Amino acid sequence: MLIKKPADIKPSEITDQNTYLNRRAFIRDSGLLGVGIAASVMGLPWSKQSWAEAAPGKRVYPALAKSNFSTDEKLTDFDDATSYCNFYEFGTRKSDPKENSQAFVTSPWSVTVDGACEKPGTYTLEDILKPHTLEERIYRLRCVEAWSMVIPWVGFSLGDALKRFQPTSKAKYVSFYTLHDAERMPGQKRRVLEWPYREGLRIDEAMHPLAMLAVGMYGAELPNQNGAPLRLVVPWKYGFKSIKSIVRISFTEEEPVSTWNQVQPSEYGFYSNVNPTVDHSRWSQKKERRIGNWLKQETLMFNGYADQVASLYSGMDLKKFF
Amino acid sequence: MTRGQFISRVIKPVLFLVLLLPLALLVEQGFSDNLGANPVETITHQTGLWALRLLLLLTLAITPLCKLTRISELVRLRRMIGVYSFFYALLHFMTYAVLDHSFDMTAILEDVVKRPYVTVGFSAFLMLIPLAATSTNGMIKRLGGKRWKRLHKLVYLCGLGGVIHYLWLVKADVLSPLNYLAIFIVLMLFRLPDHVREKFTGPLRSFGQRSSQLLKEEKS
Repeated sequence: MLIKKPADIKPSEITDQNTYLNRRAFIRDSGLLGVGIAASVMGLPWSKQSWAEAAPGKRVYPALAKSNFSTDEKLTDFDDATSYCNFYEFGTRKSDPKENSQAFVTSPWSVTVDGACEKPGTYTLEDILKPHTLEERIYRLRCVEAWSMVIPWVGFSLGDALKRFQPTSKAKYVSFYTLHDAERMPGQKRRVLEWPYREGLRIDEAMHPLAMLAVGMYGAELPNQNGAPLRLVVPWKYGFKSIKSIVRISFTEEEPVSTWNQVQPSEYGFYSNVNPTVDHSRWSQKKERRIGNWLKQETLMFNGYADQVASLYSGMDLKKFF
Repeated sequence: MTRGQFISRVIKPVLFLVLLLPLALLVEQGFSDNLGANPVETITHQTGLWALRLLLLLTLAITPLCKLTRISELVRLRRMIGVYSFFYALLHFMTYAVLDHSFDMTAILEDVVKRPYVTVGFSAFLMLIPLAATSTNGMIKRLGGKRWKRLHKLVYLCGLGGVIHYLWLVKADVLSPLNYLAIFIVLMLFRLPDHVREKFTGPLRSFGQRSSQLLKEEKS
C-alpha cells in the first residue's frame, strides 16, 4: 500500500492557514464528511496528532523534537483546549479568556529574575528561549475542578532554564508571577483574586525534568487564553499550579505565596499534587471527566506520574501537605 | 374575554411554551455540538440555573407582582411555573446522578452527607417533590386550601436552599450567586407585614411605599 506515515511533509506547507482554519466548514459544506471521518480513522492528516493547530496570529513551529515523557493518549480537541480555560485575568467564566484575550499583546515580553541567584536581571523572552531546543511533550492536565485534558505542549525543562540563573544554596523555592496590568488583562479590574497571580514550587520540584516552561501547544505558539507567551506546566499537580503569562521568577528561602492557597488555605494546599485520596473540601477528587468524554474516569496518583515524581515526597504526609 | 380568562387562555399557554425554551435550546445545542468543551457541565449548570430562576420567580415574584400591578389573576400562572422549576431541578439532579456518578448510589449518598453544597441542594430538591406532587386541582381539594397553602410555604426554603447551594459551590467569583441571594432577599421583604417592611427597605423605601399605597387603595 502506498500510504505511509504522514509526518514527512508538514501539513502547514500544503494548506494555507485560512483554508486550514476553516477546515470544518470546508468538510461540512462540500459534503466530504465521510472522507474526513475515513481519513481520521486511518490516521491521515485530518487527525489531530499530526496537525499543528494555531490560534489566529500565532506562529506554527517547524519541526519539533519528540519527548519520551509524552503519553500516547488521545489529544484533547484543540478547540476545547483553547475555549475552556481558567484564566481569571481575562474573566471567571470558562469562555471568557478566549473572548477577552484576543487583543492581548505578548511581544515584546520580558521576565524579571531576582532573589537567591547569581544572575538576576530582566531578560527578554528571546534571551530566555535562545539556548533551548524546543520539544513537544504530550502531558495529561488535571484541573482541581475534576476535569482533565491531554495537551501537546511545546517548550523545555524548567530546570534547564532555572540553572542558567545560577540559584544559590539559599534558593529553597522558586516563585512565579503573572503579569499584573488591568488595562491589558481586563479580568484584573475586579478583585476576584489578589493580583498578581502567584505560584511556587520547591526547588527540587522545579528542577524535576517533567516540570516544563511552555511557549506553545499543538505545534504552534500558545494562544493568549492559554497563557501566552510563557507559562509553567507541572503535569503531576493540579492545573492552577501551572501559572500563565509569567513576568517574574524569584528564588526564595521561604515557601512563597501561592494565590489559591491565599484564597482558601483549607481547600488549596501549596503542593496541590494530584491525589485521588485527598478530596477537595467541597468535592471528591477520586474521579475526573476527560474533556470529550461523557462519563468520568478514575484519577491517578500524581496524575499518573507517580513513577517519576513520588520520590520527591518520600516521608511526607501528603494528607497534611496536600 | 375577561382579564382572568385572558391570563388563563392566552398568557398561560404561551408561558408554557416559553418555559420549554431553555430545554429546547439545550437540546438544539446538543445536536449542533454547541454545548462547549464540557457538555455535562453546561447541562448541569443550565438546568440548575433555570430551576433556581423559576423557583425565585414563582415563590417570590408573583405575589409582589400581583400587589404592584393589582392583577390578582397572575396567581393562576404560579403553579405551572413551580412545576417547571421542579422539572428543571429534576433534570439537574438526573444529570448529576447519571453523568457524574453513573447512578452509583453510594457515591451520591457520600456526596449528600459529606459536601454541604450538595446536602443543601439535595434537600431543596427533596422538598420540591411533595410540592410538585400536590400541584393538581384534585390534590388541592383533597388537602384543603389551608393545609395545601401551609405545605407550599416550603417553597421559601427551597428557594433559599437553591441560592445557598449555588453560593457554596463556586470557587472564588461569588458575584452571580450573590445576585440571586439579593433577589431572594428583596423579594422576601414583600412577605413581611407592611409596617415591618417599611423599617427594612432603606433604598427600596419608595418601592415599598408605592406597593403599600397601592394595597391601601385596594383595601379602601
